Amino acid sequence: MKQLSIFIQNKRGTLLTVLDVLKTANIQIIASTISDTQDFGIYRIICSDPERAFDVLSGQGITVTLTDVFAIQLEDKPGEAARVLAIFAEADINIAYMYSFLLSGKGILVFRTNDTERTQQVIREKSLQLF
Amino acid sequence: MTWNQNKECMSRDEMSALQGKRLHKIVEYVYHNVPFYRNKLQEMDIRPDDIQTIEDIKKLPFTTKKDLRDNYPFGLQAAPQSEIIRIHASSGTTGNPTIVGYTRKDIGIWSECMARCLTAYGVTRDDIFSVAYGYGLFTGGLGAHYGVEHIGASCIPAGTGNTEKHLKLIRDLGITGLACTPSYALYLAETMDKLGISKEDLKLRVGAFGAEPWTESMRQEIEARLGLKGFNIYGLSEIMGPSVSYECQMQNGSHINEDHFYPEIINPVTFEPLPAGQTGELVFTTLTKEGMPVLRYRTRDLCCLLPGTCDCGRTNVRMGRIQGRSDDMLIIRGINVFPSQVESVILSLPEFAPHYLLVVDRVNNLDTLQVQAELRQEVFTSTFDTPAAVEALEKKLAAKLKSVLSIAAKVQLKAPGSIERSQGKSAHVIDKRKL
Repeated sequence: MKQLSIFIQNKRGTLLTVLDVLKTANIQIIASTISDTQDFGIYRIICSDPERAFDVLSGQGITVTLTDVFAIQLEDKPGEAARVLAIFAEADINIAYMYSFLLSGKGILVFRTNDTERTQQVIREKSLQLF
Repeated sequence: MTWNQNKECMSRDEMSALQGKRLHKIVEYVYHNVPFYRNKLQEMDIRPDDIQTIEDIKKLPFTTKKDLRDNYPFGLQAAPQSEIIRIHASSGTTGNPTIVGYTRKDIGIWSECMARCLTAYGVTRDDIFSVAYGYGLFTGGLGAHYGVEHIGASCIPAGTGNTEKHLKLIRDLGITGLACTPSYALYLAETMDKLGISKEDLKLRVGAFGAEPWTESMRQEIEARLGLKGFNIYGLSEIMGPSVSYECQMQNGSHINEDHFYPEIINPVTFEPLPAGQTGELVFTTLTKEGMPVLRYRTRDLCCLLPGTCDCGRTNVRMGRIQGRSDDMLIIRGINVFPSQVESVILSLPEFAPHYLLVVDRVNNLDTLQVQAELRQEVFTSTFDTPAAVEALEKKLAAKLKSVLSIAAKVQLKAPGSIERSQGKSAHVIDKRKL
């Protein structure tokens, strides 16, 4: 799955500019998260049309990149995330970052790992369901 | 009180005669020992014998920081290497530092000048004097140190940093004199408050403050908080180091050791000498230096000269406070910083666009430098989209800046295109310090 990563400066209105561009392009945000430091943040977005979103954002001079991330569908019940993470831990795969959201009664776990190929292999072997 | 009554209180006629004699000698010396000056003088069709009186100095060419850089490292050195006993270095605008070699006689003259300065402050052999300028390539530490020893006071080579231990020594040893930057003096005062040390616990009475611009209100604050009398000291490594000029008890300008360093004030645009009292660029000619003599060195410092006999009895000309610079050099924590140095570092790292901004401020009496640098669009890729990656890049730039500037800078990474494009050089700098 494609995720938008946007470099956001800690300055009033920067985030709003991004959202306005997406709104004008009629792109819907499905999930988003910001990891921040004192001076800047990285705004990560899962949206309805990542390629077009990338085009319109970079067209506006916004610092954005498309990143391949994994999105796994889980049952909406306690312990699901722990079950999946245990699988990766056992396979010696590190999670670089992760966030989750609920969609139509399903839990969606979005993450990036230190080893994309190995992650794909594990997902196939363990029959984890991609979103 | 004077250290050298003869030289500090000479009549004008005697001083001019001495300066003229020394100028002729130094021109002859560089003509025969420094190809750079010989070529320049020959181009201008000047022979050493054309220079007989101090007024003839107007015929001589100027020397600039660029000349020192272009002749790195030893191109302007006049004495043979075997005669050089010390080498200092100061920051250059880009790349090469400025190298200054001193002969044994130079070090002796420097100590003499520093002794005159300390004596004017009222320091004697009975004082215990702490030198808290940086020791090392910077001339501040060792320059002051040799003067303190020369007058026979007890010298404490405290250096910079380790402020709490330094304060303990100031209190426990009954230190009476202190040499440091004015901002470090205020930082000492802050630390005293933090440790619960009051000025009544200390025996400080004299402070020699310089290496960076400071104001009358800073002087009052330092004096009130440290319980001493603060005096200005001025110098630059290209000429000698600290003690090119010094304040006396009258504190109405700083007396120049003009038997060794001949001052002129010029219009920085037309290079025409300006009459006394007018503000312009300060120019020095070293009259006695052997290691690296300089003719009409343009300091880029803007000030005026105050002639006339001072109420203290000294006849040596005084210079007023430095009003500013005729270039874009910044003095941060006593260290000379040129925006072009920052630029050269940023250009050397492919991750950054060639746009930057220096923000200088003073927080808790310590100068701070922030460098804002712009990330290149193409650097921000899917492997780079974490704060850790961005911060690692900030650290990389900060480390490189530190090694080039000799002071720490806080780096702030900016989004591509977000730093305002500047028209001139000065637009690269925001100096928030209230001086």
